[in-house]
Amino acid sequence: MTQTIDADTVRRIGQLSRLELSDADIATLQPQMAEVLDFFDKLQQLDTDAVEPMAHAVELTNVLAADTPRESLPTDAALTNAPQREGDYYKVSKVL
Amino acid sequence: MDIDIRSMTLCELAAAIARRDVTSLQATEAYLDAIAAEDPQIQAYNEVYPELARQRASEIDARLDAGEPVGPLAGVPVAIKDNLTTDFGHTTCSSNYLKTFAAPYTATAVGKLLDAGAVILGKTNMDEFAMGSSTENSATHLTKNPWDTSKVPGGSSGGSAAAMAARLCPAAIGSDTGGSIRQPAAFCGVVGFKPTYGRISRYGLVAFGSSLDQIGPMTADVADAALLTSILAGHDDRDSTSIPAPVDNYVAELAIPFEAPLRIGLPKEYYTDALGGEVRAKLDDAIVALKAAGCEFVDVSLPHSRIDIADDGTLSSFAVACYYIVCMAEASSNLGRYDGVHYGHRTESDVDDIVELFSRSRSEALGDEVKRRILLGTYTLSSGYYDAYYNKALKVRRLIHDDFTAAFEQCDVMLCPTTPAPAFGIGEKTSDPLEMYLGDIYTISANLAGLPGLALPCGLTDAGLPVGCQLVGPVLSESLLLRAGMLFESATGITRLRPGQ
Repeated sequence: MTQTIDADTVRRIGQLSRLELSDADIATLQPQMAEVLDFFDKLQQLDTDAVEPMAHAVELTNVLAADTPRESLPTDAALTNAPQREGDYYKVSKVL
Repeated sequence: MDIDIRSMTLCELAAAIARRDVTSLQATEAYLDAIAAEDPQIQAYNEVYPELARQRASEIDARLDAGEPVGPLAGVPVAIKDNLTTDFGHTTCSSNYLKTFAAPYTATAVGKLLDAGAVILGKTNMDEFAMGSSTENSATHLTKNPWDTSKVPGGSSGGSAAAMAARLCPAAIGSDTGGSIRQPAAFCGVVGFKPTYGRISRYGLVAFGSSLDQIGPMTADVADAALLTSILAGHDDRDSTSIPAPVDNYVAELAIPFEAPLRIGLPKEYYTDALGGEVRAKLDDAIVALKAAGCEFVDVSLPHSRIDIADDGTLSSFAVACYYIVCMAEASSNLGRYDGVHYGHRTESDVDDIVELFSRSRSEALGDEVKRRILLGTYTLSSGYYDAYYNKALKVRRLIHDDFTAAFEQCDVMLCPTTPAPAFGIGEKTSDPLEMYLGDIYTISANLAGLPGLALPCGLTDAGLPVGCQLVGPVLSESLLLRAGMLFESATGITRLRPGQ
């Protein structure tokens, strides 16, 4: 299975990734991404039908914390790095 | 009495300060002076805290003079990688995106160092968001290898490794997602220890590949690594992936002799033509020395970590492909937080809506390699490709993991190369991302399988560059690995290497 990634796909992935890519960026990225994806295709040589996926190497399950409230980061501390702030809120451009 | 503070190991310096032969302020000043005089050539640090460090050193001296108990690192200066948060200074990850970011909280690992009495000297340079193998992906500056300033220090913890090699700190902290502690340790001739995944809390470590990332020490010798690991390790309820197992007394256990001969596995897939001749020769010398010290060697096999060489010389590897799929997928998700809204860079240009605000802020401030990994990670997770890439990689990850489980039935630890070759030249590999990725061939499997890996200096090439090797052990075998590392040091006589000596 060899997937050749074309310029339009790079542009679409850029939009999904929330990255603005110029035509020059795409011209550079397209062959680099194609080479890496071609390298990834090596995994298709392995038969893994009977193998369970492993998301974490040290598999801990059902890690629960005690349901006790405790102090959290104060609002002012959390907002110190906000590029723009209004009261206790982050200020952004219009959403709708 | 004239004491050369910079020639001491961390353990020696901690003991000298505890005995009051040296004050914390003297030790801190010695390193601040060294940084001021020598770091302009090496550029290991992103930020140094002279005032904070002096103030803290004086406080600790006062407590020691008053006979108060302080901790095992009382008054000892330490450098930390710039992806660990501190509620002082900046935490930039060597990214333009976080250039002015001042974290409102301190990472658990740094908190533990401070609780033990350490003085933080500064933050060290790295590949942006820990993505790279040479520290050339830093948005701040290039760090040079103290052994040869035309060479890279390795990466991504290249600043910590270079600071250690140049003795611009007595010990440093790094992080390792696919070899980012062990590979720069090899390139700079220092000890670098990546413990078991989850042994050290990742709370406050800026996330790259969350199922792979692990914090660890970079030191002059194995005893120093044991001391720092004993302080850093342990469960943390702020990191749900940290392991709730008791922490062994790594320092005390270093003295336990091996009752039966240590069985060292040699993975046959690593000792092939893909391994450079000079590195191979140094590993062969170490094997001879360890045999003479009573170790037994057994051939083991890690079939899914093998390296294939095509007729045209092209290298390929299941493990490298698996690793980069997993880490890029995790990175694309983790780096979604850099949105121009909460902290870090926000575009100053006019935008029509919030999506444009996200996209422009990210595009302006993230570097090329970071963008490449976000794009590739997004691609492998996108509809239609998830099963072919991401899910396939998770299955191969289990095969790689199971190979190690089987191999550890025949041996206690494995001796492996850390890198195929010594440090490469600055600029040599920047134009070919894939070639850079292939340099991680011997380190990534330990991250995929969650295993501890202890990188050790293994000698110098004819040109005077350090060569590294690593001992890899089963999950939670930190104590055994560190003891094996001590045995390696005594058998080979290779320890505390310094450039120019």
